[in-house]
Amino acid sequence: MVQKLDTLIETPSQTAGPYVHIGAIPSFAGNPGIYPEDLGLRAIEDGAQGDIITITGAVIDGTGWALRDAMIESWQADAAGKFPGQDGADPQVNGFCRFAADKDSGEFTLRTVKPGKTPMRGGGFQAPHIALWIVARGINIGLQTRIYFDDEDNSTDPLLKRIEQRPRAETLIAKKTGEGQYRFDIRLQGDNETVFLDM
Amino acid sequence: MSDPIIPTDMGPLIPRNRAIHPVAYDVDYKTSVSRSPKWPLLSMESTPSEETGPRFGHSLLGPLDNNLILNFSKDPAKPAVGERILMHGRVLDENGRPVPHTLVEIWQANAGGRYRHIKDSYFAPLDPNFGGCGRTITDENGYYEFLTIRPGAYPWPNRANDWRPMHIHISVFGHSFAQRLITQMYFEGDPLIDHCPIAATIKSRSQLDRLVAPLDFSKSRPLDFLAYKFDIVLRGRRQTMFENKLEGM
Repeated sequence: MVQKLDTLIETPSQTAGPYVHIGAIPSFAGNPGIYPEDLGLRAIEDGAQGDIITITGAVIDGTGWALRDAMIESWQADAAGKFPGQDGADPQVNGFCRFAADKDSGEFTLRTVKPGKTPMRGGGFQAPHIALWIVARGINIGLQTRIYFDDEDNSTDPLLKRIEQRPRAETLIAKKTGEGQYRFDIRLQGDNETVFLDM
Repeated sequence: MSDPIIPTDMGPLIPRNRAIHPVAYDVDYKTSVSRSPKWPLLSMESTPSEETGPRFGHSLLGPLDNNLILNFSKDPAKPAVGERILMHGRVLDENGRPVPHTLVEIWQANAGGRYRHIKDSYFAPLDPNFGGCGRTITDENGYYEFLTIRPGAYPWPNRANDWRPMHIHISVFGHSFAQRLITQMYFEGDPLIDHCPIAATIKSRSQLDRLVAPLDFSKSRPLDFLAYKFDIVLRGRRQTMFENKLEGM
């Protein structure tokens, strides 16, 4: 008999289900007032340094239908590449934002600051990106992905370089649609399926 | 603008053991069929984007935020109706260390299985004194507790006669964005667990059993409420700090 490991095993995930908004975004569920304000309403506060941008998109299922019940969370560095809590980070950048797809159109909007490049362990930098986590009914474990930007130099990014099927890297790159405006659709399945991460 | 420097390196996250988690595609949980990626996930060692994460302070919380019996009515004379329970436990990481000062959120149906959500049209009535959400921050030992009522089972449009077991949804942040976890707590002895296609997306029975909270008389208060214990394990770090030195150095 071998020795027993003293490590624990992560708690298994379950779907967030159709009513995730009751707990996460009570106002969206039609229940304002339980808390003073929903958590993570804004990625940035007034006065955040850097380029203020708006990313619009949808979470699209294998039939081409935009989910109306998805919840998305984002996490990112400030314009200088510092994460909230790190020394010298921009105090006006919350970094975290929580948002839902619109219940009529399925579109979501993230207003934030464009992040700077961030350092890698062991040297080198990652291209500017925003980490996303997507949960919904029918998604049994939250899906991790990232938003990169088509007007940045993504050529040396270690994650993008790791995508063996080169056309798939395009699924992680938001397209500029106007000054400070980007489009980023998340395709859960099928043609142009978004790259999801295990990190 | 100078280049940013990497923060204090606490080590990469332990990669997820995906075998203990539910499968993405399961034809018996019908919604998963069109919402499950067909491509494999892209695996890579975590970076600061995954290893850092939002922190939430106690100033966020109101005094009744973890008391679902009162937090909707706000009136002690108008408590929610149902079986009063204390749900409690610890948040730990895979190295067995407590995860202190982290946000835990829950949401659930009322005693009749009805959610207070604009999209829930089940004809079991709403409880005018029950909202169904709560939140708290773990203490320095990773401990949390909620006072609530036991949710009812409810039917849902999946197979012809599917009913969800009694369950409470739980969302935990941890200290890293990639520790983020949403799961469900089930109740010891509920026969519906064995019939639920969502529970059955976890293919290992021993792992599913870890989501079933035991009745815990040690924490129940006589003549007031029963208790159920639910510990939660989040991902840990692959190397851990010991007296400010990296292990093995």
